Amino acid sequence: MIGADIQILMPEVVLSLYAMGALLAAVYTTKDAMAPVLTWATSGLLVLLAVWIGINGQGTNIAFGGMFVDDGFARFAKITILVSAAAVLLMSEGYMQRRGLLRFEYPLLVALAVVGMMVMVSAGDLMALYMGLELQSLALYVVASLRRDSVKSTEAGLKYFVLGALSSGLLLYGASLTYGFAGTTLFSGIIDATAHHPSLGLLFGLVFLIAGFAFKVSAAPFHMWTPDVYEGSPTPVTAFFATAPKVAAMALFARVVHDAFGGIVGDWQQIVAFLSVVSMFLGAIAAIGQTDIKRLMAYSSIAHMGFALMGLASGTALGVQAMLIYMVIYVTMNIGTFALILTLEKDGRPVTNITALKSYHKREPLLAMIMLVMMFSLAGVPPMLGFFGKYAVLLAAYDAGLAWLAVLGVVASVIGAFYYLRIVYYMYFGEDTDALDGKASPVLWVTAVVTGAIIGLAWLPGINLFGLDPIAAAAAATLVN
Amino acid sequence: MGNILSLTTFLPILGAIILALFLRGDDADAQRNAKWVALVTTVVTFICSMFILTNFNPDDTGFQMVETREWVLGLQYKMGVDGISILFVMLTTFLMPLVIASCWDVKTRVKEYMIAFLILETLMLGVFLALDLVLFYLFFEAGLIPMFLIIGIWGGKNRIYASFKFFLYTFLGSVLMLVAMVGMFVEAGTTDIPTLMTTTFGTENFSVLGIQIVGGMQTLMWLAFFASFAVKMPMWPVHTWLPDAHVQAPTAGSVVLAAILLKMGGYGFLRFSLPMFPVGSEVMGPLVLWLSVIAIVYTSLVALVQEDMKKLIAYSSVAHMGYVTMGIFAVNQQGIDGAIFQMISHGFISGALFLCVGVIYDRMHTREIDAYGGLVNRMPAYALIFLFFTMANVGLPGTSGFVGEFLTLMGIFQVNTWVAVVATSGVILSAAYALWLYRRVVMGDLIKESLKTIKDMTKRERMIFAPLVFMTLLLGVYPALVLDIIGPSVSALVGNYETALLAHEAATQFAAN
Repeated sequence: MIGADIQILMPEVVLSLYAMGALLAAVYTTKDAMAPVLTWATSGLLVLLAVWIGINGQGTNIAFGGMFVDDGFARFAKITILVSAAAVLLMSEGYMQRRGLLRFEYPLLVALAVVGMMVMVSAGDLMALYMGLELQSLALYVVASLRRDSVKSTEAGLKYFVLGALSSGLLLYGASLTYGFAGTTLFSGIIDATAHHPSLGLLFGLVFLIAGFAFKVSAAPFHMWTPDVYEGSPTPVTAFFATAPKVAAMALFARVVHDAFGGIVGDWQQIVAFLSVVSMFLGAIAAIGQTDIKRLMAYSSIAHMGFALMGLASGTALGVQAMLIYMVIYVTMNIGTFALILTLEKDGRPVTNITALKSYHKREPLLAMIMLVMMFSLAGVPPMLGFFGKYAVLLAAYDAGLAWLAVLGVVASVIGAFYYLRIVYYMYFGEDTDALDGKASPVLWVTAVVTGAIIGLAWLPGINLFGLDPIAAAAAATLVN
Repeated sequence: MGNILSLTTFLPILGAIILALFLRGDDADAQRNAKWVALVTTVVTFICSMFILTNFNPDDTGFQMVETREWVLGLQYKMGVDGISILFVMLTTFLMPLVIASCWDVKTRVKEYMIAFLILETLMLGVFLALDLVLFYLFFEAGLIPMFLIIGIWGGKNRIYASFKFFLYTFLGSVLMLVAMVGMFVEAGTTDIPTLMTTTFGTENFSVLGIQIVGGMQTLMWLAFFASFAVKMPMWPVHTWLPDAHVQAPTAGSVVLAAILLKMGGYGFLRFSLPMFPVGSEVMGPLVLWLSVIAIVYTSLVALVQEDMKKLIAYSSVAHMGYVTMGIFAVNQQGIDGAIFQMISHGFISGALFLCVGVIYDRMHTREIDAYGGLVNRMPAYALIFLFFTMANVGLPGTSGFVGEFLTLMGIFQVNTWVAVVATSGVILSAAYALWLYRRVVMGDLIKESLKTIKDMTKRERMIFAPLVFMTLLLGVYPALVLDIIGPSVSALVGNYETALLAHEAATQFAAN
């Protein structure tokens, strides 16, 4: 029996064994000198695992008595997480190397965080959920303060840790309430317990669980940590925070509300809709005053999480599908944008002030063009892919009778468009400066060009988003039925 | 020739790609090459569109040359043309070579300038040809991006303000339309425009936030579409972005904006509001009529006091678009015929007027009316051309401007005499501001020192105006050229509208009994 269970967990097992083995190997041999090799090896492994899951995954497999679920939804989320983490690792290598930040722990911590995320999205039980979540979070706290001698970076790590611990506390409290009133930690048991008029205790548990998730996806009003952590962490780490963990947390959110509380959609729908509205507006308005591009991206991610939550708030398969599509597009946009942010430097030091982008298009016509595509995509202007993500969630929300949410969402997106346009304005209309020098490294250049081409062109009939939407539909169907 | 529409639409982008990939450097040769590539591309596109026109059968009121492909998220990539859209396509392809030719003297970032216009042409053609709601929206909104850049990069002193205002204003209008489109998809299960035209959306009254909505769903959706098209048109009181955008935009940008982009609003009313929400249109129609006449009178008065030539013409555009919305919401053959005719004719006339301003702006680098005077003494050819288009703008019989105004007024007279009476006063006001502008700029003695050496139009400039003069005259003396093409489609549109209203009335009465 246990053999069959392990079989289902194979990708996670392989990645954990790799991380620990590599850790030992590095400690007992050349330490940091191995870091570049480890970075490449880790991202190679992540991609391989993604391919493996993509090819091998079939049907719904349940391991350890329902604690671990491997279904289409989990596989979709895992592939997104693995590929985006691999891309971010590749992007970070050169940047970290030149600043002496490339320690051998970095790729391995990322790998461990990814294991945590994979457990999260496959969790079928509150215990498994918490285990995955904490594995991920602890790895991320350390990564955030990777630049040990920088006050900002350590502050980011500490802030993330303290607030993260608070949110874990909330989540645990919710989990224990749920356990107390449902009598089980298994999602399948909880959904039975909510079938007939759920008790008030269960609803309390649900609210605390949602508060914990909202913290992890950085939805307002639980977003406070995001701007500081994004700003303080080294930029590649910020890029990582903005991508894979968001997908994992959002997928986990979807899994819990549908698998465990799918019977009482009406009860959590209003909370999620509220989180969605507040995030969209806060992200849109608070970003207007930002001058640091990393803080700006932090608020932008809050607004985007608001939109993804709009899909989730629908409480339907269409909504989950829309959320998945939105997350994939969001991750692609962020990888591209951060690849560009990583190229911004002056005399070898990173530059994050957006005024440094003035007349960027004269220095780097192609990269400026890609940045333009990314900004319009983030703003949700067609024909960029960002628009299709927005369209999908609007459709899901309207379909679920949340037309008011859709209207508020588009209004927020207009407000948000302002600060994306401002970046375009600096790049194209601004006067000349010499705030930047340096060239994009080949990896960053390729990443930017590939993501730019995807974001700008994948909508063309014939490419059809590379078939993303039927795949997402199939994945959503395994979660909501 | 199964995909002639897509071919025509995406041809300009092909030119843009060639420019982006193969043209290097920014010296005089590279600049000249960029302009030639753009010019050739737009001319070839025009020739392609001539094939569409010759293959088009006006008596068939359905969509022709339709092509369909699978697309994402339950949408489809569908293109087609009918009597209402074909002339807008022709207008676009006809004007674009002239627009490109008019920027022959631009010296900054020529390659990017040409690329922006070529991309813009594709997007504009896509708007008129798309037969899927979201595909339409995609082209409609995407057009903002190149226009934002054209105003922002090549515009005047206050270009940043103007470009942001332009973008955000139109974006806000459009996103509400997007929600309505999503709603239509949910209600009807398709985004196919021909199918949606025969779908009846709910008309049950209900209340939102305590306000009773007469006409129910249809009225709400109509309002959402109206938010977008009214801003685009632009109608009073949401027209304020237009004067700013026009003044700051470079000449070619103003021409495209006035001649083509504004027409998307009118096209939208004809393609979506009337056929898809007849009850909503009927409920809200009187509002549109009164907003239109306010626009005609008020913006004509505002135009009178302008100091800046471009701003004056911009306000005059708003007034002329007032006739268009008035004609459309008269919903009869003359009114809609007149509205389409007015849009086509305004495309030529306003485009030409902005080019006229461009001619002297290139020489003197100011648009202040006071900086000029007595140009006729040194620029006789210019004075003639400017006079011709001023008269056309006023609506002198024999020019195309007259036909459009006359038909829309005739259409509205049958529906609402008072609106017609007030709107007619706009004809007089337009004569006042246009002729006064002409007098101040062209007539009188040449006393300004700076103008003593000004040169008359070059051969290139005359060549640009020649086709515009020809079209304005041709349509003025032989309007049947346009009316024969649009007539059957318009009468089908009006017929369907009336049938839908009768059905609605019958249903209400049945319910009441």
